[in-house]
Amino acid sequence: MIMTQIQQEDRVNLGAKKFSMWIFIFTSFMLFAALTSGFIVYSGQKGHALDVKMPTAFIYSTIVIIISSLTLFLASKAAKQLQFEKQKLFLLVTFFLGIVFLVIQIYAWYILTYQMGVYFVGPNASRTFIYVFTGMHLLHILGALIVLLFAIRGAYTNIPQVKNLYRMEMTSIFWHFLDIIWIYLYVFLLLNQN
Amino acid sequence: MSTLAVHDHDLTHHDEAHEHHHKATFLNTYVFSQDHKMIAKQFLITGITMAFIGMILSLLFRIQLAYPTQSFPLLETLLGRFAPQGRISPDFYMSLVTIHGTIMVFFVLTAGLSGTFANLLIPLQIGARDMASPFVNMLSYWFFFLASVVMVSSFLVQKGPASGGWTVYPPLSALPKAMPGSGEGMTLWLISMVLFIASSLMGGINYISTVLNMRTKGMDLWKMPLTVWALFLTAILGVLAFPVLVAGVVLLIFDRSFGTSFYLSDIVLNGQVQPYEGGSPILFQHLFWFLGHPEVYIIIMPAMGISSEVLSVNSRKPIFGYHAMVYSLIGITLLSFIVWGHHMFVTGMNPFLGGVFMITTLIIAVPSAVKTFNWLATLWRGNIRFTPAMLFAIGMVSFFISGGLTGIFLGNAALDVNLHDTYFVVAHFHLVMGSAAIFGMLAGVYHWFPKMFRRMMDERLGYLHFWLTFAGAYMVFFPMHFMGLDGVPRRYYAFTEFPSWNKWLTVNVFITWAAMLSGVAQLAFAYNFIHSIFWGKKTVQNPWNANTLEWTTPIEHLHGNWPGELPTVYRWAYDYSKPGSEEDFIQQTVPFSQTMSSNLPHDFEDNPGGLEEYNKWTATHKANEPVK
Repeated sequence: MIMTQIQQEDRVNLGAKKFSMWIFIFTSFMLFAALTSGFIVYSGQKGHALDVKMPTAFIYSTIVIIISSLTLFLASKAAKQLQFEKQKLFLLVTFFLGIVFLVIQIYAWYILTYQMGVYFVGPNASRTFIYVFTGMHLLHILGALIVLLFAIRGAYTNIPQVKNLYRMEMTSIFWHFLDIIWIYLYVFLLLNQN
Repeated sequence: MSTLAVHDHDLTHHDEAHEHHHKATFLNTYVFSQDHKMIAKQFLITGITMAFIGMILSLLFRIQLAYPTQSFPLLETLLGRFAPQGRISPDFYMSLVTIHGTIMVFFVLTAGLSGTFANLLIPLQIGARDMASPFVNMLSYWFFFLASVVMVSSFLVQKGPASGGWTVYPPLSALPKAMPGSGEGMTLWLISMVLFIASSLMGGINYISTVLNMRTKGMDLWKMPLTVWALFLTAILGVLAFPVLVAGVVLLIFDRSFGTSFYLSDIVLNGQVQPYEGGSPILFQHLFWFLGHPEVYIIIMPAMGISSEVLSVNSRKPIFGYHAMVYSLIGITLLSFIVWGHHMFVTGMNPFLGGVFMITTLIIAVPSAVKTFNWLATLWRGNIRFTPAMLFAIGMVSFFISGGLTGIFLGNAALDVNLHDTYFVVAHFHLVMGSAAIFGMLAGVYHWFPKMFRRMMDERLGYLHFWLTFAGAYMVFFPMHFMGLDGVPRRYYAFTEFPSWNKWLTVNVFITWAAMLSGVAQLAFAYNFIHSIFWGKKTVQNPWNANTLEWTTPIEHLHGNWPGELPTVYRWAYDYSKPGSEEDFIQQTVPFSQTMSSNLPHDFEDNPGGLEEYNKWTATHKANEPVK
């Protein structure tokens, strides 16, 4: 009786925290909406056009982050079916892919600056926007990797299943959102690259 | 019997939890507390401190405005290099105006107001043990505290604080060499605001999540008090608007410190052509005012919620048009996102676009008028008790009306060509969101002081405080309308240099003395506040005979708010002076079965079983009534 009551209160509280994550997603969405609107206003006034062909590295990073979403989904599925070994494996793969994404993005910056001559600092703020979009997104990715680490630690230290699922869900909401935001940013840049 | 047993177990569970998490030390009780009631008090005291700082800054620049040619040796003693020869320097004057605006808008009326009352009232009025995430809630306060310290510390740097106005428009804010205040002072301003936004977002996310997930049994959305509705919608505004300011500020920092050209173009500094090109300062204004306009509703909506509650309790009447009140709050929330252009009518905006923003701006007057009408209708023929809180709530309505009316003029794209950046604007917003919001906040402080500090504030000092502040605020801001109509511009250091405006000097002297009077009045408040915390009269559990849940908690604060089970809610918060009831208030926790004599058919709209009982009861009751 007492146990159910405690569990009930916990569940209510975890639900509220999960909801907080959704609200955080909204704030983050507003940030990217503001930045891309800023781009539109800037180029709509007397600002310069972008005039940069996006480096192919972005295609690779897009593929990597989509696969990472997939592996995270599989990890969640495994956690729900109580296959904890599988969950750990997929979590680690997701983490690894997250790092790969980060590296490719930075590599894309390298290509942009050293090979294409598109600099962060310069009179053309449209080009600066590429770095602002990707940079803000990478900051979020770093945050998401930390959340992911919590989920991994949970899986390895055998926390109660309720908590384990809770951490998986928090991670999933954040990670899939960042996946979608990246696709949005990439498509936005592709549409405006002329 | 079994219920009793469960109840006891529940109690022990909580006591255990209490001891387990909380070896109550000084540090985790008063400093790094995670209890929402303590965090509310921390927000309040920090907010009041910032309000006094902001007020002193305003008095300093008022001295300059009234006596532009006179020298006050005392000022040099106090301010040193900022007031050479006893006259406030032009640069420091700009800093004073800027930091006064920033502190009042963000630190007092956003964090001080929402932070205090959302933390105190949301869990207590919806019947929750604490916030969704108490830890994040604590972080929210400490980020706010840090932001306050950084903002105030900008007075300590050599060249003084930021001085480009609270809206920090580029290029002044983007070029560190543009003017003294654009240097380290501006950098500190930006650091402080980043911390502040983080605090605001953490708080807002918590408030929304708590309201939507942690209401007690029976507390559906339409039974929530209007305070909770207002604070909830305010939080929604905050989490949607502040990220946009983040975007604007991030780009500003890149322009400032990295040499990008988002906002800059064709700049010549000290005779040297700068490399920036293609940027647009208007872009910053768009990003800023997309936050900035919702921000003024973030300020006024909590004050509206508090006033609605205080007016209803002290008129001993249900709030007039509860549903209309909620829908008008929702209307304001939605509309506030599509009116930001009215701050930019004269930036060379397409006149057609100006017309669109003008129409949306005038539409937002409708829900505001609905609220005003409902407050007045609540007062009408009520059994009014003039407690200090009630006076301040009435004052809030008064300021909201007199300031709101001038908003209709300013929202007009054509009239704004004349009126923008004059004292007319200063008069308008100081009444409608400055004085009104401060009065709402003070109403809340007087009303919920017993809940926060377990003691009552002194009423006589409260009355003194109210009348001096009320008269003072009108004497300060009302004459400004006329100055504005004559074209006197705001933010000027000494507009008496222009012969045609010389005649306004006497009015300025009057305003400054009125401001001094209002400033002195706040000492009555400060004394009352501090004295009452320690030596005030002890309160009873429900000092105002109010219906809402916070007055069902014990006077002694405990972590988790209610001993044992959470209360169940059966009715809305506004059953005051219900016909047939013995007392003139029925708390939300009283079921209808205990108030048969005062029930009405519409109490059972979605409760057919209850309606049947009600009909049975009225039928038997009528039969037993003696024939007259």
